[in-house]
Amino acid sequence: MTTQLANSDFYFSTARELRAKFDAREISSVEATRSMLDRISALEPSLNSFITVTPERAIAAAELADQRLQGSGEEPTSLTGIPVMVKDNFSTKDVETTAASNILKGYIPPYDGTAVRLLKEAGAVILGKGNLDEFAMGSSNETSAFGPVHNPWDTDRVPGGSSGGAAAGVAAGECFIAFGSDTGGSIRQPAALCGVVGMKPTYGLVSRFGLLAFGSSLDQIGPLTRSVADCADALNIVSNHDPRDSTSVAAPFNDFAKDIDGGVAGMNIGVPKEYLVDGMEPGVREAFEASLKTLEDLGANISETSLPLTDHALAVYYIIAPSEASANLSRYDGVKYGQGVLEAKNSAQATFAARGEGFGDEVKRRIFLGTYALSAGYYDAYYKKAQQVRTLIRREFTDAFLKFDALVTPTSPSTAFKIGDKIEDPFQMYMNDICTIPVNIAGLPSISVPGGMSNGLPVGLQFIGPQFGDTTVIRAAAEYERATNWHQNHPLI
Amino acid sequence: MDPLTPKDVEHIAQLAYIKLSDEESEDMRVQLTNILGHFASLSNVDTDGVEPTGHTTDSNTVMRQDEAKPPLDQEDVLRNAPDRDGEFVRVRPVLE
Repeated sequence: MTTQLANSDFYFSTARELRAKFDAREISSVEATRSMLDRISALEPSLNSFITVTPERAIAAAELADQRLQGSGEEPTSLTGIPVMVKDNFSTKDVETTAASNILKGYIPPYDGTAVRLLKEAGAVILGKGNLDEFAMGSSNETSAFGPVHNPWDTDRVPGGSSGGAAAGVAAGECFIAFGSDTGGSIRQPAALCGVVGMKPTYGLVSRFGLLAFGSSLDQIGPLTRSVADCADALNIVSNHDPRDSTSVAAPFNDFAKDIDGGVAGMNIGVPKEYLVDGMEPGVREAFEASLKTLEDLGANISETSLPLTDHALAVYYIIAPSEASANLSRYDGVKYGQGVLEAKNSAQATFAARGEGFGDEVKRRIFLGTYALSAGYYDAYYKKAQQVRTLIRREFTDAFLKFDALVTPTSPSTAFKIGDKIEDPFQMYMNDICTIPVNIAGLPSISVPGGMSNGLPVGLQFIGPQFGDTTVIRAAAEYERATNWHQNHPLI
Repeated sequence: MDPLTPKDVEHIAQLAYIKLSDEESEDMRVQLTNILGHFASLSNVDTDGVEPTGHTTDSNTVMRQDEAKPPLDQEDVLRNAPDRDGEFVRVRPVLE
């Protein structure tokens, strides 16, 4: 390894910076990939960001990328040769895909999900599969059957979740970009707690084909990166119209980086007061207020607004998401794939046992919650009611976006908490997602960027846009990033 | 709301095809009762005449052409079965 590679600046550079080094022939993709694999080996004992690392596949992809970067074959893309991680709920052909669940240990998908296929076609180098809360159900990465992920800023603390491995991996410089999924905040909340950029695009922009389903009307794939520009580039690669996902929106797609230099001068940005919840950590509130001042100094018109139904979003989410999950996870029966129970007396008992043994506590809790909400006699009171309130929450956002170009809120009411602190109280854990959940309910685009520090831990700032206003939140986030240096803070690891 | 009973939990377990130990069942009963209690406030929202939202893209059933496409490789698919017999997936007896 050259001295240049040993420099931590290298690990914390952006994908665009790495690409410039490729173009200047300062480093090859194979060299960058080997360097990442070394760093992963060194850091994994303390972080546990990856469930599976695939060194041979990564080197093979990097070799092809180097040829492409040197002008043979197809035109390189923004991600050609860039080492990335994908969350382990993305189906990857011939590479074990577990969703961090015992029930799927040993499962080898026979196909790539669409996002993975697009990454491979773009020439990205997939280093391996990121750790997560089991089936993406959790806000701390503590429900993984492969053990918790540790926050690189303080390894006694959680990285957030469910894309905890993705956020920790990007924050620690184990990869340049990671791809996660966000059902109620699972990209943005860990991005905030680890001090990186994370975006949940508008529902339908990225195909869910091959993403192990949790809450199908809420799930969305998106990138975690070290800069807003990398986020826009990554989104350009993975968004497409996919006939294999009936909720995939029709093309044409924007260049998500097109307005990135547009600034926020004259932009009307609302601050929904309900997001500043009681019990918000004082340091998070202070960082948020400082960020509002920064945005005002940049010329944005900041004003307070009210979205009163926010108070009901948590209930709506924790009825709808578990209901959809209970249906989606009915496919795991231990017959066609995953861990089966072969010694049972009959088929039904085998299924009861496979699911009883294979699912962890949080997944069981959500399946039970959803099954209850959908069961005869309770459907109207829970599921239907939640879907009606969902309509009202959408309307409330639609009305707000008549007045505002974007909304801005803290991403999470707290910074990273200690491993073990909240896992015994499910409802306290659910409260972590209070600022991110309404966005999924309404299918909106939202990005979290590093927005301050509190007691040595990162704080996230969240921009929310109207449906298909992805370029607007990217533009606002990019301007905030230019004006601040929070994204240049890196953990000493 | 009234607390869930052990019988309620047993009923949900049957619907969900999940076997719980006695200890797990009792934990589940307490936790679900607690979580559902937090959701009671939803009944205060006036939703008279409000259409439910299933998903946010407002697309309807999407059809594709009825054309044959290459299937997945049979061996790739079957290698995942916990129990198989040649080109069949083997299951425990359905009828005893």
